Amino acid sequence: MNTALHRLLLLLLLVLPWAAQAGDAADYAKASPAKQARLLESWAAAPAPERLPLIEALRANRVAIDQNKTPFIEENGAYRALEGDAEPVGTPKKLRLNNRLRGLLNTALASHQLFAEDPAQRLAAAKRLQRSGQPEQLELLQQRLDVEEDAAVSEALTLALANLQLTASDPAVRLAAVRLLGETGAPLARVRLENLLADEAETDAAVRKAAETSLAQVKRKLLIGELLGQAFSGLSLGSILLLAALGLAITFGLLGVINMAHGEMLMLGAYTTYMVQVLMARLAPEALAFYPLVALPVAFFVTAAIGMALERTVIRHLYGRPLETLLATWGISLILIQLVRVLFGAQNVEVANPGWLSGGLQVLPNLVLPYNRMVIIGFALFVVLLTWLLLNKTRLGLNVRAVTQNRNMAACCGVPTGRIDMMAFGLGSGIAGLGGVALSQIGNVGPDLGQSYIIDSFLVVVLGGVGQLAGSIFAAFGLGIANKILEPQIGAVLGKILILALIILFIQKRPQGLFALKGRVID
Amino acid sequence: MNQPLTLTAAQKAGPKATVIALGLALAVLVAMPLLHLLPAEHALHVSAYTLTLVGKILCYAIVALALDLVWGYAGLLSLGHGLFFALGGYAMGMYLMRQSAGDGLPAFMSFLAWNELPWYWYGTSSFLWAMCLVVLVPGVLAFVFGFFAFRSRIKGVYFSIMTQALTFAGMLLFFRNETGFGGNNGFTDFKTILGFSISAPATRATLFLATVALLTGSLYLGFRLARSKFGRVLTALRDAENRLMFCGYDPRGYKLFIWTLSAVLCGLAGALYVPQVGIINPSEMAPTQSIEAAVWVALGGRGTLIGPLLGAGLVNGMKSWFTVAFPEYWLFALGALFIVVTLYLPKGVIGLIKRRGE
Amino acid sequence: MKTVPCSAVIDGFDPTGGGLTRDAIGLGRVAEKGLDVRHGTILSLEDINVSFDGFKALTNLSLYIGVGELRCIIGPNGAGKTTMMDVITGKTRPTSGSAWFGETLDLTRMSEVDIAQAGIGRKLQKPTVFEALSVFENLELAQKTDKSVWASLRARLSGEQKDRIDEVLETIRLGQSRHRPAGLLSHGQKQFLEIGMLLMQSPQLLLLDEPVAGMTDAETEFTAELFKSLARKHSLMVVEHDMGFVETIADHVTVLHQGQVLAEGSLQQVQADERVIEVYLGR
Repeated sequence: MNTALHRLLLLLLLVLPWAAQAGDAADYAKASPAKQARLLESWAAAPAPERLPLIEALRANRVAIDQNKTPFIEENGAYRALEGDAEPVGTPKKLRLNNRLRGLLNTALASHQLFAEDPAQRLAAAKRLQRSGQPEQLELLQQRLDVEEDAAVSEALTLALANLQLTASDPAVRLAAVRLLGETGAPLARVRLENLLADEAETDAAVRKAAETSLAQVKRKLLIGELLGQAFSGLSLGSILLLAALGLAITFGLLGVINMAHGEMLMLGAYTTYMVQVLMARLAPEALAFYPLVALPVAFFVTAAIGMALERTVIRHLYGRPLETLLATWGISLILIQLVRVLFGAQNVEVANPGWLSGGLQVLPNLVLPYNRMVIIGFALFVVLLTWLLLNKTRLGLNVRAVTQNRNMAACCGVPTGRIDMMAFGLGSGIAGLGGVALSQIGNVGPDLGQSYIIDSFLVVVLGGVGQLAGSIFAAFGLGIANKILEPQIGAVLGKILILALIILFIQKRPQGLFALKGRVID
Repeated sequence: MNQPLTLTAAQKAGPKATVIALGLALAVLVAMPLLHLLPAEHALHVSAYTLTLVGKILCYAIVALALDLVWGYAGLLSLGHGLFFALGGYAMGMYLMRQSAGDGLPAFMSFLAWNELPWYWYGTSSFLWAMCLVVLVPGVLAFVFGFFAFRSRIKGVYFSIMTQALTFAGMLLFFRNETGFGGNNGFTDFKTILGFSISAPATRATLFLATVALLTGSLYLGFRLARSKFGRVLTALRDAENRLMFCGYDPRGYKLFIWTLSAVLCGLAGALYVPQVGIINPSEMAPTQSIEAAVWVALGGRGTLIGPLLGAGLVNGMKSWFTVAFPEYWLFALGALFIVVTLYLPKGVIGLIKRRGE
Repeated sequence: MKTVPCSAVIDGFDPTGGGLTRDAIGLGRVAEKGLDVRHGTILSLEDINVSFDGFKALTNLSLYIGVGELRCIIGPNGAGKTTMMDVITGKTRPTSGSAWFGETLDLTRMSEVDIAQAGIGRKLQKPTVFEALSVFENLELAQKTDKSVWASLRARLSGEQKDRIDEVLETIRLGQSRHRPAGLLSHGQKQFLEIGMLLMQSPQLLLLDEPVAGMTDAETEFTAELFKSLARKHSLMVVEHDMGFVETIADHVTVLHQGQVLAEGSLQQVQADERVIEVYLGR
């Protein structure tokens, strides 16, 4: 005993980091599984910061004991004593964890992390405790809650606390907990309350009643979150449709033909983004985070140049024959898809979100708005604004509008219609290229990327009315939101079919789209 | 489309030459299945592979003809004819699946742990009812879609894209397992038709002959229509719909008639395609398939009746050759074909032949 | 689709039964079977208003055309001439006002096809014929007959119908090119073919939008003769810019200006009108 104490003191001086827990690791190593569990429970209830490395090592399955049951930590195949500087006697054996121990370890880890410096770590710990908290941790949570300054962590702690209090023996405590849960509006609170009400788990009538009220309250809050979530994904889909359809609306309005290769312009824009990402990773890794910004102008010019080239070589010869143009541009789209397949492979390429576009903003317990989608909504509106300025405030725009409304008259007034066609086609393709950059940030980038957008974008154009910017915006967001509202009700596929049917019926009423120019009808 | 298109190649290329060519083609097509019945060692034996390939192309030729009736004559470019073709095929497939399943459920349904047939499978074990479905399903769908589309005067590219959206929606629907048509994999592993083994030479030969008969029948129907006043009204409709209305014709009825007829022809072609090729799945409804049919018609020559048949044969022959020889380049070739035909061959191969002839 | 929605159709009534006899149920004078024109007017437009997104194309327009009359409509560009024809043929619906064909047919409630079948023929401003079809076939399609799908599928030309087509071919002097595709005709010939198609329809009221545009002087003269001869059997409404032509044919002229009737009367009267001189003739 005496020698042991001496040795311990010596160790305390020599191996500072391991000093305080000197006993913990050894105790744990020597204990039976049942005793290990009790140890973990006590650690969870009374966390000590020094114990954290041990818990993490245990959790990572890196603790081993030798023949003397001295605990060691395994690092890259070598063994280092957890306490003291003992050398392993014989080959150390990994300490095994069973499921129960693993669960307890997690809980203990969480209660240790509750005291971490980083609020994010504390928040994660509090959330873990919402699910797996033990009654012994009640006091600890209460303590932490009293001193917690971060609002989000506070909220998470409150919920964790209330969860635990549901199992308290005092009905008054349970009642308070139930009321507290009612105020949070978290999905977990709903589960807990439902469990409480199910199978007569709660016997106290007052608590049951309060639980019912709280449950209704939580459901209402969740519903708000869900609806807002649907509205947001609708807006997000709408912004994507808008980016995809805007260019199409310009070329269709101008030439009266559907450019079936329009979807491929989106695809090329996305591949340009990929190329920019790869090049910047190699040439300027320090600025890699801003590659989407660099990709925007590059994609615009690449796709605009391809669009203009197509207009000059193929489409120009087919004016006045819309159906033939449709077929020819389909041929172009086949060639472009196969070209990309040959050059980049048929598999999707990897386009990663930079840091500032990943993650999201937690607005409600069940509503997270991803940054990339928010940025794209803003970007879509920005592109619309630019297009509007270009069409309404510049000479080019004036010419484009003139040709759209009356080609022959414009030609008579000296508008170089051929050049305008080319420029407008380039503009439409360039906008699609910008859309491609945006798409690369939220979905897979593969050769077939554009195929799925051409029909949707055309429906936007049909619904919005030809050559009408405002119409396109309303139609894109309307379709996006309608899609996302129908999706959870009847499924994505039936939703799409229903929308198609609705559009056909809509066209019965307004054949010219939402925002049609009316006038004398002659043809 | 302002240039006058003559009704048929036959009128200019000399009716005699055309009749002889058609007669020869028909003789070859009738001989093929008979030669298939010869023993395999025989020098003139036609292999099952060849027979299936040609049978498949003949089915496509019927689709091309049907598409030409609406596009070449009435000016309505449908990009959704694959849907009608596939629906006819699925209707036939339902019967074939019931045949191979006997009294039980089709294999894919047991796989989904269903223990009852969905209501729309009712009666599909009867060949007659399946044949009714082959005609009714594409016909009714085309009628309803056409009724609304023509009522609101949807035409031109609007119409084309609407039909494309329709077939796209159909494809999505049939891809779902819950729809009850085998999802992704569709129907396959057929065993018997009307009690005869589906892979027996005699069955193959009969199916082939039936396809030839349907093609000949459709061609004859096409000729009759093109030469009737109905055909002239369609051409007028294509070129000047307003004028036609001021003449007192209601274009909707005309469009609806030819559109539904065309869809039914496609459905019949699909029904003959499935037992010969041995599989039907939702990829037949892919927009790509339907738009490819448009290039068959364009390559052969729109507004003629022989052209689309020629086009279907040429493109599919090329496809079979390319996909064996240079699989990578087939899509390049097809894409280039789309562009070349629209830019340089507005009247198709038939137009080329006619010009050579003059 | 086929029946003329007209309450005054009486089967078995003899259309040639003279102008003054009254039929049993007292529906009065009937110019031809199916159309009731007992007050002698074939077309009455009353207080017609049409506006496109706030722009008033027609304002309180009222106009009456008598049976067998040849009326010329003149007016500067944008006066609403074509819009008025659109209203009559059902292509544009008026925002308010009424349009009656005879006494019983409400044009604002009929479809374009019904209107055409009821007996209003229209020649478009730009000559429109079926270019892929031959001249003969163009006339064949236009002729007055059952125009349903079913009838077209089974249609065979009777000798009588062939004679009628030949007769019209003679009238419009296109007998020589009966088998030529209409797309290969000259501009003036297309105009005549279109007029011929109108004749085949044997409508009661013909609307002709700039029928002599692009015609040679000789052709114009011939057209004038043709119209004058038609005027007895049919009612005609001719929109024309060519004053010389108007002078030769019209006994009655209406001047439209900014969607309203500015003046009406004989050409001399109209030409003397101060307001007309101001807005239109202004020389």
